Amino acid sequence: MKQSPGRGNCVAEEVARIPQSLVLPQKRAEYTTLQVSNSCQTSFTDWKVKEIPRNSRFIMKTSNPVDDANDQPEDALQRAMGYFEKGPKKSSRSKDENLETHLKAVENVAWKNGLPPEAIDVLLNIALSGTFGNAVNTRLLKCMIPATLIAEDSVVKAVSWLCVGKCSGSIKVLFYRWLVTMLDFIDHKEQINLLYGFFFASLQDDVLCPYVCHLLYLLTKKDNVKPFRVRKLLDLQAKMGMQPHLQALLSLYKFFTPTLISVSLPVRKKIYFKTSENPWTSALIAVRQRNQRPSVGPLKLTLGPDNGPNVKRKWNSHSLIPVLNSGTYAREYGKREMSLSDYLNRNRSLPVEQLQSFPQLLQNIHCLELPAQMGSVLNHPLLLHYINCVRDESILLRLYHWLSQTLQEECLWYKKNNYEQGEEFMNLLDTVIRAQCFLQEGFYSCEAFLYKSFPLWDGICCRSQFLQLMSWIPFSSFSEIKPLLFDHLAPLFFTSTVYFKCSVLQSLKELLQNWLLWLSMDVPQSPMTCNPLDTTLGASIISVSKLIEYVGWLSTIALRLENNSAFLLHFILDFYEKVCDIYINYNLPLVMLLPPGIFYSALLSLDTSILNQLCYIMHRYRDNMTAAKKKDMLEKTKSEFNFSSKTCEEFNNYLTVMIGCLWTSKPFKKEMYIEPHILGKAKVTEYKSNLNLVLHPSLLNYAASFLLQENPEEKAVNVDTIRGQKWNKYLDYLFSEGLQGLKLFIQSSVQRFYAPQ
Amino acid sequence: MEPCDSPESTPRQNASSNLKDYFLASTPWQKRLESVRKQTSFVQTTPRRKVPECSQLQETIDPHKLAFLLHKQWTLYSLTPLYKFSYTNLKEYSRLLSAFVAAEKQKGLAVEVGEDFNIKVIFSTLLGIKGTPRDSEAFLVQILSKSQLPSKNREDKVLWTGWFCCIFGDSFLETVSEDFTCLPLFLANGSESNTAIIGTWFQKTFDCYFSRLAINAFNLSWMAAMWTACKMDHYMATTEFLWSVPCSPQSLDISYAVHPEDAKALWDSVHKTPGEVTQEEVDLFMDCLCSHFHRHFKIHLSATRLVRVSTSVASAHTDGKIKILCHKYLIGVLAYLTELAVFQIE
Repeated sequence: MKQSPGRGNCVAEEVARIPQSLVLPQKRAEYTTLQVSNSCQTSFTDWKVKEIPRNSRFIMKTSNPVDDANDQPEDALQRAMGYFEKGPKKSSRSKDENLETHLKAVENVAWKNGLPPEAIDVLLNIALSGTFGNAVNTRLLKCMIPATLIAEDSVVKAVSWLCVGKCSGSIKVLFYRWLVTMLDFIDHKEQINLLYGFFFASLQDDVLCPYVCHLLYLLTKKDNVKPFRVRKLLDLQAKMGMQPHLQALLSLYKFFTPTLISVSLPVRKKIYFKTSENPWTSALIAVRQRNQRPSVGPLKLTLGPDNGPNVKRKWNSHSLIPVLNSGTYAREYGKREMSLSDYLNRNRSLPVEQLQSFPQLLQNIHCLELPAQMGSVLNHPLLLHYINCVRDESILLRLYHWLSQTLQEECLWYKKNNYEQGEEFMNLLDTVIRAQCFLQEGFYSCEAFLYKSFPLWDGICCRSQFLQLMSWIPFSSFSEIKPLLFDHLAPLFFTSTVYFKCSVLQSLKELLQNWLLWLSMDVPQSPMTCNPLDTTLGASIISVSKLIEYVGWLSTIALRLENNSAFLLHFILDFYEKVCDIYINYNLPLVMLLPPGIFYSALLSLDTSILNQLCYIMHRYRDNMTAAKKKDMLEKTKSEFNFSSKTCEEFNNYLTVMIGCLWTSKPFKKEMYIEPHILGKAKVTEYKSNLNLVLHPSLLNYAASFLLQENPEEKAVNVDTIRGQKWNKYLDYLFSEGLQGLKLFIQSSVQRFYAPQ
Repeated sequence: MEPCDSPESTPRQNASSNLKDYFLASTPWQKRLESVRKQTSFVQTTPRRKVPECSQLQETIDPHKLAFLLHKQWTLYSLTPLYKFSYTNLKEYSRLLSAFVAAEKQKGLAVEVGEDFNIKVIFSTLLGIKGTPRDSEAFLVQILSKSQLPSKNREDKVLWTGWFCCIFGDSFLETVSEDFTCLPLFLANGSESNTAIIGTWFQKTFDCYFSRLAINAFNLSWMAAMWTACKMDHYMATTEFLWSVPCSPQSLDISYAVHPEDAKALWDSVHKTPGEVTQEEVDLFMDCLCSHFHRHFKIHLSATRLVRVSTSVASAHTDGKIKILCHKYLIGVLAYLTELAVFQIE
């Protein structure tokens, strides 16, 4: 048992070259296609490269038997192969038992995973050599199911056994049927084609005739059609009458050389060969499915009524997204002869199939032939570029309609019990999202799809895709979207895990960012004078502010539900990192503060990074507000917006509290009164001076480390000693520990009388 | 003022993401989205529909063709607008589609366009099958198998038929440009595999999309009411409802047949506004039928699912199958189906 070392690679290459459209069962079709393209590759598309290592492991095992419980059937196969190769021993009793167990072993592997080429080589040899009886040979032939492919040599050897006369008629029949079924799995066919004459001679045998006819029907090329063969066939037909198999072969001959055959054949086509009833087809499909290849499968054009109305499968295509084809094919296909001018015209425009590079796109942008089905652009970045800049509305409409319908049709929870297509649907969504990211813009079809399907969404299925789609909703009025989308989102949000909450917040942050980008690209060009855009801008700012308010509401409740989870708080503050910078980063007149529920949770958090993030956000708020104020003063006109004095007041209030808690040790001067007995219970009597950079629960740790760093020998540290000059040193220590937000905040908000050295 | 072309517009002006477009609701997208929003919003406007009437335009229909459309079971599909479809090219389409069908049927063998096949595809227009003059012209596609008999007066056998139409599709028409032909309703009769072949060709050639059009129980009730409301000279069939009880292992079907005149009498008693059907009337009509049934059999039909409605005008199944019986109300029946198809593709 040997395997040529190069085969693995060779298979890989061939698999890569063979187009996916070659499907197994419609044999005549595929085989002709292959002949036309003048190559003798087999269409074992479904058996992919990954299969190969498995076989090589299998080969390794023969020389190096490792006991592995998982691979027992394969080990048994090894032993069986050894047995069959050596031939049966003469001791009769044990022979029968051994034979049975080994046969079982072979069958087990064959029906489950299929057999590797070497095993098929050996077993085919055995089955046709007549070493065993008919029953055994039949069983062996029935389990000749290839896991990957079949070596041409094995078949040639097998055919040579047919000449020796060692096997019975029924085995011969079975062999021919097997050969017909497996033809597409044979790695090359040159040798087999050379045997055409031999096969043709076998037509003499009345029993074999139908099966040989079928084989010849698949093998025949134009140069196989010879006058003497035609004569022979006509003789046979005269002898046996109008047999469908002979008719099939004759009509094929007539197709190749109409002049040789004057006999009239019935024009009405019917099925010549029944392929359904053979022992291998179902096993082949089962093996293929088990080997977990994306089943291109025997695709049938069926729309059975039992499928229910909503599960119309895609018609005649292998993927949801149509294949790229230039649009004019139908028109040209219709013309029998092309005139010269047609030809020149055609030369001037570039079919999309030929579009390979960006420079090529730029050169031909005026004369691009667009694809016949606009949906195919989704997989084609160059064409996405094109549709991004083209102003042809019909292109977008075509894409819109196709995408809307496809999403609706494929959406999982519109259908009952149809989860096999889950992956397909998810891939489709991923492709759409990739295209949206590429274009930096959401499709309206997706928006409409979200509105229709969100009320039905369970919050689990395709979660990440759904949330990503949400973040690409094109900018529009929040109050219009809210009842369609966000009102359905809220219950899911509140009842799901903290992780779901975080991913929702993440998506909402991305949504906000996308909206802000769109707005900021549109606003600067439009002068702020009295033109209709004034109200437009106002309306869009209101829409954005409503979105921020909504997220603030969600976050406040979520924080309470999740017990101020620091994890969640991070995502919330991430959102506000976007919010606080709207004025400076996007040049939009909007400053919205974070709600108190979030502010205080963050300020008193036990997590240093949260406090740090809050400091950074407050620092940015300050910068934004100062910038807005400055612009106000400069322009001295009635400004386009007054971020209200209330916002200012609120900010100052937050700032005071923060300074109190972090710097002056005077937290909550005005607005908080705590019952003395509660403080007594907590054993904190002097709370008013118990909160500053040193004593803040999230920073106490730092203070202790700082002191230990100063005096490593110290047994007991007293954090109260950090004051004066030491306070400054402590600050520098904190900054050096990566608390950048804190640093920025203190530098901007606290007047320090001494320069840090 | 045309906002899209205003000179001070931004350089990055994209038909699909423009602020001004959004607020002035000028793009077709916006109109489309509006309708999606309306569909999904909570406040359902209570619809009113006309009782089907005999259409004026229907007079022009070739009676032979009309008869051909009746008494056949049609499978319903919704269809997005056809891109660059032209009524002047029907002959050419026939030729191309014949070749395509032949190629699909005998997989693998090369086929030349224009070659003589034993299969023929024919396109023909169905004049008069429209609600308003603005509706696109309906057309019919047939797959014929040529008879082998040499006799002259042989008749080709029809293997498959499908037709495309649009009845009162104005609202939908507004949202597409002139490159498109709106024929949102497609009806097919014949084997599913032929439907798939023809559908594939249309999808590839005109960049459109076919989806099965199912009729839910809500819409079936509407059909029941509207069709009962039709004035008939004589009734051809009983009015029959089929309810399905979902139970295992086999679902249980309850057939409920009413004499058509009784049904009409019941309808007349719940019907108030002449010429119009309202949601309340539909609900009341169905409730009356159900409570009558309950009185006799103690079964609450409202807890089961309505799957089929047959009347003398037409019969419809929830799977999206329809049979039209009465030529007088053909247009009326199709108008409602067009509405459902448009709803599905919007």
